[in-house]
Amino acid sequence: MGKKIHATAAEALDGHLKDGMLIAAGGFGLCGIPELLIAAIRDAGTKNLTVASNNAGVDGFGLGQLLETRQVKKMISSYVGENAEFMRQYLSGELELEFNPQGTLAERMRAGGAGIPGFYTKTGVGTVIADGKEHHDFDGQTYILERGIVADLAIVKAWKADPSGNLVFRKTARNFNVPAATCGKICIAEVEEIVPLGALDPDAIHLPGIYVTKIVQGQHEKRIEQRTVRKREAV
Amino acid sequence: MAGWDRNQMAARAALELQDGWYVNLGIGIPTLVANYIPEGIEVTLQSENGMLGMGPFPFEGEEDADLINAGKQTITELPQTAFFDSATSFAMIRGGKIAMAILGAMEVDENGDLANWMIPGKLVKGMGGAMDLVAGVGRVVVVMDHTNKAGESKVLKACTLPLTGKAVVDRIISNLGVLDVVPGGLRIVETAPGISEADLRAATEATIVA
Repeated sequence: MGKKIHATAAEALDGHLKDGMLIAAGGFGLCGIPELLIAAIRDAGTKNLTVASNNAGVDGFGLGQLLETRQVKKMISSYVGENAEFMRQYLSGELELEFNPQGTLAERMRAGGAGIPGFYTKTGVGTVIADGKEHHDFDGQTYILERGIVADLAIVKAWKADPSGNLVFRKTARNFNVPAATCGKICIAEVEEIVPLGALDPDAIHLPGIYVTKIVQGQHEKRIEQRTVRKREAV
Repeated sequence: MAGWDRNQMAARAALELQDGWYVNLGIGIPTLVANYIPEGIEVTLQSENGMLGMGPFPFEGEEDADLINAGKQTITELPQTAFFDSATSFAMIRGGKIAMAILGAMEVDENGDLANWMIPGKLVKGMGGAMDLVAGVGRVVVVMDHTNKAGESKVLKACTLPLTGKAVVDRIISNLGVLDVVPGGLRIVETAPGISEADLRAATEATIVA
């Protein structure tokens, strides 16, 4: 055990990056994003990437870093509102964008990772999302066919890993990390802590190590996008 | 014209909640509904980024980057909180386990069609989870201003903007009153204080049935 552990994100990615590849990335907003792997992909300079990720980071952080360097050709996302550079590239036609409803994107990843090439969903019926897609009626309701996603590489962020690659996430940072991890032919996970074998409760593993090819431990900035607080009431 | 302000609309929408329900609140006015949950009614709030049992904003200094809602705001957990991944979250949404969603709207029409994600030619941010919610939850209530800044009705015979969902809205709560989507058009349920039925009809393009 321990062969999955790598010293740096760059080392973990070595041999897995290729121009034009499809990358599935975990995270929601800036919560639970694989920030170290994204920075390492920026440094590697891999080009013409298609990235399936719910969001596109913010200017200068998260996937925003890969947009700044023009390494992304296309995004598959549900919501991209927080990134001025993204909008600039999109509106000028430099960047392709495929909007997926959030649940459809999550299920496309889950299905791809589960060997299911397509599934029917009610989401998007009667909207532009349904244009050009196969429609099918079941029990009097109309559904559209959506395809599973199999990514060349999945990059995810977890809280803890053991040396076998079993992962545990923390609070809402689990989000897209689980479905993204499962849909990658290769999955690299960055974690806050690698704990010894046996330290994780086998009943409380969120993602079994079979889905995880490599692990790297590192320091995370974990930036907060919308800091909202309430006032303490005077005692 | 009088009528309800943002908080009053949220308070009115909170009356839609029933004891024991699992509910998803959208961004904007719907988020305020959490402040007006009636005494004796227990609802569990779902946040589609992967949480059931959403608590209030944290006290200053207790923000946690790993604990946010679907609007990316820092929040807190409750004793009954459960976390899960995005595929599981939308499985419960699509699977009809969420009793109701309260969402904002740009336009709604007499068929219950909803438009709330895209204005062609303007900045498009994406639909997020709205299409999944309206397709999957048991009941969809929209909370919205009845007219735009130019005074034109946003409650239409047919939506002009790209749709979020077709025939998905059950009830409209606007600053002027409450309307239900029924066969043939909309039915007035109530009017806001200071608003007459004639005011509501005048501000509504959609067909109002008796």
